[in-house]
Amino acid sequence: MTVLETTDLTITLDGQPLVRDMALRLAARDRVGLIGESGSGKSLTALALLGLLPAGMRATGRILIDGRDHRDASDREWRRVRGRTLAMVFQEPLTALDPLMTVGRQIAGPLRLHEGLNRADAQRRAIDWCHRVHLPDPQRLVHALPHQISGGQRQRVALAMALACRPRVLIADEPTTALDVTVQAQILALLDELIEETGVALLFISHDLPVVAGLARHLLVMRDGRLVESGAADNVLRRPRSDYARHLVRSAAQVTRLAPTSVDHGQTRDISDSRMARMPMINESGTEGGQS
Amino acid sequence: MTSVPVLETPRPTAGRRLRRGRWSPSLVAGAVLLGAVLALAVVSLVWTPFGLDEAQPDARLSGPSAAHWAGTDRLGRDQFTQLMLGARTALQVGLASVAVAFAIGVPLGLLAAAAGRLVDDAVIGLIDIVIAFPTLLLAMLLVTVYGASTAVAVWAIGIGISAEVARLTRISASRIFTQDYVLAARTCGTRPVMILVRHVLPNIWHTLLVQATLAFGIAVIAEASLSYLGLGTPPPAPSWGRMLQEAQSTVSVAPWNVLLPGLAVAVTVIGLNLLGDGLREALDPQLRRDRRVVAR
Repeated sequence: MTVLETTDLTITLDGQPLVRDMALRLAARDRVGLIGESGSGKSLTALALLGLLPAGMRATGRILIDGRDHRDASDREWRRVRGRTLAMVFQEPLTALDPLMTVGRQIAGPLRLHEGLNRADAQRRAIDWCHRVHLPDPQRLVHALPHQISGGQRQRVALAMALACRPRVLIADEPTTALDVTVQAQILALLDELIEETGVALLFISHDLPVVAGLARHLLVMRDGRLVESGAADNVLRRPRSDYARHLVRSAAQVTRLAPTSVDHGQTRDISDSRMARMPMINESGTEGGQS
Repeated sequence: MTSVPVLETPRPTAGRRLRRGRWSPSLVAGAVLLGAVLALAVVSLVWTPFGLDEAQPDARLSGPSAAHWAGTDRLGRDQFTQLMLGARTALQVGLASVAVAFAIGVPLGLLAAAAGRLVDDAVIGLIDIVIAFPTLLLAMLLVTVYGASTAVAVWAIGIGISAEVARLTRISASRIFTQDYVLAARTCGTRPVMILVRHVLPNIWHTLLVQATLAFGIAVIAEASLSYLGLGTPPPAPSWGRMLQEAQSTVSVAPWNVLLPGLAVAVTVIGLNLLGDGLREALDPQLRRDRRVVAR
């Protein structure tokens, strides 16, 4: 069943279109990757899906959440779906967590809000979630402040916070970009595990093709606010139709060949047959053509 | 799992933050100076060397002595008694004015930061008008209408300071509203009011507390000025400002009568400013985080 669907989503600032005719569809367990360079409108699209466009920006088109158009929904209606149907994790986990609030209280926040739990119950659930995102020593960690834990741990906290109320769609906006490569792989493996466990649909936003390719089954490629390519991940990676997608695949393959271990997702199931293994094959022909 | 273990998990409390070695010299000096003034005010509640209006005609304009530690004025009233009671007035008026200023300024600043551009512009306009309007003029206006009283002085000073408080609150809160964690809270469906309570206020109260300390100093000076002009605390209630004014005519014979109330005002204000500086260093979460050297 489709949870989230947009058609003709256009975002404008003072009449100037920033995103044009965006279309995407997410059903349970879907894993969609949204790729594009910075400024291509990926993050704006994500914010529009949550009804959180910055002041002055307008969205037209349709944003269907459980079949209901939310484009002009009231604040109250939006708040009902935020956190409960749709949730989001951000690029920089240090700034996405309140520096003065303990980890436990941050995870417990949405639980108290949406499920009306009291402080003690919410805290217990927060500890459960710390276990589920594999944070060490949750009993103690829930009392830590964000700056007292590592970057990877912070992103685990952000994930726990986003998934706490069992949303059906998780929007991950460059969730691994701010992390170093080994931690990045751990977070990707965790995401994979959590998706399998909870059945949440994933919209993974990144400018980093190899990272997206490892996780997504369906790829959307954006450039200058437009969707330039959309299709099954395998097809897009093997036979990119647009010039831009071809360019992306080729450069990613080059980087991957230079450092083949950097995107090794190792022990994780499902990613172990990493699509990246197939990447060098494409670029063999791709790079030769490109280097002339 | 190859995660870094949790480093330390103390429960953060203001008390512990201070105990962790943030007693800077200015904090100590400020606390000592203000503590002395506060001690005078508190002791005056139960004991003063003489009665407030206990005039001793045969000891007029006498200099500091064993009987009269700060000398006497031209009516033979003990000046130390007046100083002690004046401290009480200064602190009371200062505290009340700051309370008025914050009760008006903080909600106004938060409203401007949280609401849309229209409300924001309106509040900024209001702030500019109040800042441009001299506090003294406001006080004179209010005194003309309501007569000179401590309450009128408190309102005049409080309204005057509230503009600055509103401006600072608005700027600090706006900065927090643009933070990722506020956006993250909104993606979880948190109500605007809860964002204020859970995220904005906890992140700006340090700044506001420092501002309150500095505003207290300004209020003490303002109270003394208004009383000096006869617009503040009316007789017989003692006030440092009126002591100055009364001693003015006899300054050539009894300079200490001018010197001591002036000194009292100066000590109080310097103490409050030092305390504010010390608190800023001790409480500012930004400085605290930088000191721990967290990679950003």
